[in-house]
Amino acid sequence: MPSDERSEMLNFLGLDNVEELFSDIPAAFRANGLKLRSGLSEMEVVSQVRSMLGRNKNCSEMKCFLGSGIYDIFIPSVVSQVLSRSELYTAYTPYQAEFSQGLLQLIFEYQSLMSELTQMDAVNASMYDGSTALGEAATMCRRIREGGTFVIPRALAPWKKSVLRNYLRGLSINLVEYGFDRKTGHFNLDEAVSHAKKDACGVYAEMPNFFGLYDEPVIDLKEALGDVPLVVGVNPASLASVKPPGDYGADIVIGEGQSLGIGMNTGGPLLGVFACRKEHVRKMPGRIVGATVDADGKRAFCLTLQAREQHIRRSRATSNICTNETLLSVAASVYLSSLGSSGLADVARKTESVRSIAMSELNGVNYNVLFDGPGYNEITIQTRKEPARLMAELVEHGILGGLPIGQFIPELGNASVWAVNERMGENDIVELKNVLDVVA
Amino acid sequence: MRFSQAIWEEPLLDEIKHDELFGFDRKVPAAEKAIPKGRLERESLNIPTISERYLMQHYVNLSQMSYSVDNGPHLLGSCTMKYNPKVAEYLSSFEGASRIHPLQPSSTIQGSLQLMYELERMLAAISGMDAVTLQPAGGAQGEFTGMLVTKAYFDEKGEKRDRILIPDSAHGTNPASAAMAGYEVVELPSKDGMVDVALLEKVVDERVAAFMLTNPNTLGLFEERVGEIASVLHSKGSLLYYDGANMNAIIGKTNPGLMGFDIVHFNLHKTFATPHGGGGPGAGPVGVKSFLEKYLPVPRIVNDGGNYALDYNRPLSIGKVHSFMGNFAVLLRAYIYILMNGSDGLEQNSEKAVLNSNYLMKKISGSYDIPYKKLKKHEFVASADLLKSGRGITALDIAKRLMDFGVHPPTIYFPLIVSEALMIEPTENLSKQSLDMLAGLFCSIAAEEPEILHSAPHSTPVRRVNEVKAARELIFRWQDFRR
Repeated sequence: MPSDERSEMLNFLGLDNVEELFSDIPAAFRANGLKLRSGLSEMEVVSQVRSMLGRNKNCSEMKCFLGSGIYDIFIPSVVSQVLSRSELYTAYTPYQAEFSQGLLQLIFEYQSLMSELTQMDAVNASMYDGSTALGEAATMCRRIREGGTFVIPRALAPWKKSVLRNYLRGLSINLVEYGFDRKTGHFNLDEAVSHAKKDACGVYAEMPNFFGLYDEPVIDLKEALGDVPLVVGVNPASLASVKPPGDYGADIVIGEGQSLGIGMNTGGPLLGVFACRKEHVRKMPGRIVGATVDADGKRAFCLTLQAREQHIRRSRATSNICTNETLLSVAASVYLSSLGSSGLADVARKTESVRSIAMSELNGVNYNVLFDGPGYNEITIQTRKEPARLMAELVEHGILGGLPIGQFIPELGNASVWAVNERMGENDIVELKNVLDVVA
Repeated sequence: MRFSQAIWEEPLLDEIKHDELFGFDRKVPAAEKAIPKGRLERESLNIPTISERYLMQHYVNLSQMSYSVDNGPHLLGSCTMKYNPKVAEYLSSFEGASRIHPLQPSSTIQGSLQLMYELERMLAAISGMDAVTLQPAGGAQGEFTGMLVTKAYFDEKGEKRDRILIPDSAHGTNPASAAMAGYEVVELPSKDGMVDVALLEKVVDERVAAFMLTNPNTLGLFEERVGEIASVLHSKGSLLYYDGANMNAIIGKTNPGLMGFDIVHFNLHKTFATPHGGGGPGAGPVGVKSFLEKYLPVPRIVNDGGNYALDYNRPLSIGKVHSFMGNFAVLLRAYIYILMNGSDGLEQNSEKAVLNSNYLMKKISGSYDIPYKKLKKHEFVASADLLKSGRGITALDIAKRLMDFGVHPPTIYFPLIVSEALMIEPTENLSKQSLDMLAGLFCSIAAEEPEILHSAPHSTPVRRVNEVKAARELIFRWQDFRR
């Protein structure tokens, strides 16, 4: 700032110097400036950050078989082109509807696309990620139904369990787990139902499950549960191929939306997908865009049902969420509409068939696939070698191996969960097999 | 200043019709084989198939009907709508940031871990805290994390404390976050726009876990008695929580650590200039004094002689609040912002933010009532109360009319303790020229015919939107139109 502008402004305020603007801070609390480095030029920052990020090994340098919710998917260029429109990424939350119609329509379109994909009535404008969406879903179940427990699979990503536990900390709800079949990897849904009959406010199931398998009995689960709310966790990309939860009675659908055209970003930002049936919508967390008209009767959009939210309802709000992941929901919309029904089906079929090849190929002397059957992305592999050590050694071969799960599912021994994606073909599986034959 | 937003009759995605697709529309190779799934087969999928050529038109046109920081001034109080430096966008698109799986072995993400480790140290220095977690994905989640840490602290001490105190001027997320963590929220009436310390002394007892405070508060006033406030809380064993939404006012001048706070959350999308994204993503790191570090979320990033590792072995940790390590791409942008500004730049930004706020306040004080006429920090609250009683002009009218001139209105009807409130935060990024223009605008609008204001805005793509109809009809998707 030119100093004459600053002194003109200070003059106007009747002040001699900038420090007087801070005269209301008692001397005891005054800091003597900051102890950081002085500022760098853009040129210096680019060079420094570039070399720092260069110390990472990214997935263009390794073949990524890590998954468990986050996948090294292909993202069409149009997605980043749209996201780099600064009218979108530098915009504020569209509370002022009249000059935010573009952004509001984009959120409305995201809600519509996700509604089609999940076959649910109402989709919110996003949660932080799949785990927090699950946490919010569990607390929403408690608003739908009394009950002291929430029923979850024992084989569930540990980060989801941990986040869920924290979201339930404020309610007196205990988590009760149902197991899985050691031979098939399918989840024991009868156990889930019997837990549900004892004082549950909700039941959580995943399709595909943690091992990447489609658990067919999930589609009959709601019938067995009756009034107990059913929450289904999905990988939204798989819904181009597998029956959507809205078709089998889910009350709430949640999921990690990263697979819809969003970068892995070292784990964030991600996209928490959250959908529910219309009868529950007033109990839903997060922002929702509704269609309406303007004063001239023209179609228009605005944020609606805000009386659920923290800025109106404060301590009685359905959630504390304010900032969400809107820009990522726009990314998902662009991704979905740039591929269209047939492109999405291609991605899903490709993923499923590469997975099927991996399932039949990845069996060797020192390793084998544990569970068989249709599913999405993941397969579970048992190895002679300790999985964490194997993972470290595979990096040297340009392979990012599967997630070791022994720590939280010890009964499966040296097991790890591997994921394929639509970028891969049979040759990638063969290459992996050749390396595993030597290393595993 | 004349303003007119682009007006496109932009159809919804499912209303765009065309048969022809082009070579560039093949995004992925066709997959011929489908795996039979029996009863699990999806029957039909109806996602619009649109050529990239029309898609891009759609998104460009819709973006032109969105108003953003890069278009002009955003006066949103407590939102700190700064300019977002473009170099951060450039660097965050590198594959070394964007194409990293969060579960990769630490040895393959040394750069990311170093960056996060250094950012934690920078935020600790800025806030006067000892340890920082970067995991919370937004300010509200930072508050929730702070509440969980508070709970864990008292649980370990074996103390049953079930109340959180909050001033009546607090951001809505404060009571919502405290309630989510299971606390009973007790709201304290302010006195002269500040914490009523005498009242606070009466209500703080061994049931109170923490007091959540914003300083400067939402009126833009610095709570000068914060030292006494801290003593009152600490003498009863309670904690003092700092809502960092307003931190842009004080960087380098004071910090929450000096003021006696125990827990702090930051809003990187406010103070540290990461883009708001139309509502998100943001990031809400949390800083704590050393006695609370053991409760912070896992994993903690540790530095073992230049080798960075993730430490999950923290038995007293609250666990996780996000799937992975937080919104890395947002953290990266904030790190870049801090590097570029440095100590001197960050402090100057706070100076300019406070100067701008006081300048604009004085400039419009002839036309608007300014409650609590004192020195303000980064924001101030004006009231349209007199305009309303005199000429029927409300804060909403003013806000809607500002849009006609290409200005994003202030936060309105907040804080709740000021009637017809207009909460104004210019940030450091507005020049004197812009502020003079804005001041002129506020004053001329206040003198306009009420009719013009009631029917504003006039130059936006749509006129005043019927929010009541939206809440009644509950149309959340295009499928509902097609029925």
